[in-house]
Amino acid sequence: MSASGNQRSRPSPSRWSKRRTRWLIVAVLLALAIVPEFFVTHYAHFESLGIELDARFGFYAWYSFFACGAMIAIAKLLGIFLKRRDSYYDE
Amino acid sequence: MQLDGFMLPPGLILILGAFILPQVEGRVRHALLLALPLLTLLMVWLIPHGSHLTLGLMEYELEPLRSSAEGRLFATVFAVAAFAGGWYALNKATLLELSAAFFYAGSAIGVTFAGDLITLFIYWELMALGSTLVLWANGKQNPRAYPASMRYLLVHLCGGVVLMAGIAGHVYATGSIAFSSMTMTDGLAKWLILAGFLVNVGAPPLSAWIADAYPEASPSGMVFLSAFTTKTAVFVLIVGFPGTEILIYIGLYMVFYGIVYGLLENNLRRLMAYSIVSQVGFMVTAVGIGTELALNGAAAHAFAHIIYKALLLMSAGSVLLMTGKRHCTDLGGLFKHMPITAIAGITGALAISAFPFTSGFVTKSLETAAAYQFAATASDPMLLVWVWFLLTAASAGSFLYVGLKFPWFVFFNKDAGLRPTDPAPHMQYAMWFFAFLCIALGVFPEALYAILPYQNDLLAQPKSYQQYTASHLLSQFQLLLFAGLAFFALLPLLKQTLTISLDVDWIYRRLFKVLGQEFTFKVGDLGGKTEAKIHGRIKRLIAHMHGPSGPRIHWPSGFMVLWVAVLLVGALGLYYLR
Repeated sequence: MSASGNQRSRPSPSRWSKRRTRWLIVAVLLALAIVPEFFVTHYAHFESLGIELDARFGFYAWYSFFACGAMIAIAKLLGIFLKRRDSYYDE
Repeated sequence: MQLDGFMLPPGLILILGAFILPQVEGRVRHALLLALPLLTLLMVWLIPHGSHLTLGLMEYELEPLRSSAEGRLFATVFAVAAFAGGWYALNKATLLELSAAFFYAGSAIGVTFAGDLITLFIYWELMALGSTLVLWANGKQNPRAYPASMRYLLVHLCGGVVLMAGIAGHVYATGSIAFSSMTMTDGLAKWLILAGFLVNVGAPPLSAWIADAYPEASPSGMVFLSAFTTKTAVFVLIVGFPGTEILIYIGLYMVFYGIVYGLLENNLRRLMAYSIVSQVGFMVTAVGIGTELALNGAAAHAFAHIIYKALLLMSAGSVLLMTGKRHCTDLGGLFKHMPITAIAGITGALAISAFPFTSGFVTKSLETAAAYQFAATASDPMLLVWVWFLLTAASAGSFLYVGLKFPWFVFFNKDAGLRPTDPAPHMQYAMWFFAFLCIALGVFPEALYAILPYQNDLLAQPKSYQQYTASHLLSQFQLLLFAGLAFFALLPLLKQTLTISLDVDWIYRRLFKVLGQEFTFKVGDLGGKTEAKIHGRIKRLIAHMHGPSGPRIHWPSGFMVLWVAVLLVGALGLYYLR
């Protein structure tokens, strides 16, 4: 356990390259998801109400990313107050 | 009593089956486990729409056999869940669990065929008993199961009392016991009925019972438990309370409650329990919107949800069964050792995340479509705008906290050194079956759309039901891929800890316990002394009456009967005088 922990804080060269490849794959996938945006038109769901945010370029990509970031942040914040030891109710 | 032709209430097949299972053994029992749900499914489809049985109870006419489009859809998926659950449980579950699960499934199907509130209430309470027994059956393997089952029963009996009070009030006010839409009625009774339904749906403040109780069941037990209670509650909301605005707020709260608690949760099956609340929140929100598209969406999502959630729980249950581990922190790298369990888990995870070509994609999007369909003409259009943006965010969130978290921490991540194998063949078959259904419903959604309750809407608005458009596919892929980016970019923040998260159940699990202990200490001391005193007196009295110096009175039984009769006549006399 402690060995892997050390590896995590100071990754070995092979681990670096592995990590780089992983991020490269992710970057390519994300780029592939964005490219069709140039050819597909999204229609605004609430056009009649004057809201066209969801038809803008790449809306679903950035909205998803920030929504998920916000949800993780809120969960972490609430975790400070809500988390207890696993055996809390057994004591 | 009047019955049109030969028709057996489908729920009764499983309820009677629950009592037959203990009488048979071995292959016959296995055969019944698979055959009875299929027979039920057949019966569900043989009964034409309408009410076919009336039973007189005092001045009321019960309708325990009313087939409707909504009821048939839910009964169908309940029967399928009982079938696959039985297949998964086959050799592993205890007899008590199997019988209880059939009793529970039969009662749930009974609710879907209830034409009146009294029948509904009876099946509702039978469901509470059946599900408690499913939990109870795991008492030997898991010492936490029994106390959890008692807490579970208390919450549901509480909900039952509120529901019964509401039904009594409703019948008193309207004179009708018919179970139909209550949106037009008003008064306290309606809200009590809604509150009773909401307890079972997992609404706030009592959402905690799901994560408290379900994960203490056996691997197969939780598969059964996940299918019926919350979804029966969604069914009664669809029939009874379509378009009740407060449900939108309640549903949205449930959606995000499930996501936040799911993100914090380390125990795999508790994570699944939180995701039930979150997913059911989508359905409750849709019922609150209340248009035909929204109700179709809620029903379709419930149908798909039962299948992919059962699949996820079969996968998580197999991991628990084969490794004995239930926490993300103890697991990792199992893909190589349990490939079939992993494929099942990943398929379920993709379906719950609404990945294109899975059942979640073609059902959840009906609900989001319902948010914008009539937004321009709605009484509060901005509310629907919020609903759409929040549900879209929550769709991405579903991928985050369960779609990625579950497979990543269990099947990938770093190798935890465990070397299990896939579970028994019958469990694998059950997983293959549900994985197949998750994909089949995604690729051929028309089959599911054809049995949705509101077909007029389907014909009038076919556009809302066309899922595979370039724009929809692209937006969904972007939503999921960038949720994935957030997951891996923020992975250090998602590091799992060996903790639980406090919830409202703290009040009855901790606060009441502490208060109770404090109270018991003082009163118990006092009670002990008083009890000893009373005991001594009674002993002395008996010794006096029957001892050597006692009067030796022997009252003949005839004399006693006479006195009872006198008392009864007295009571009757008083009654007439009143």
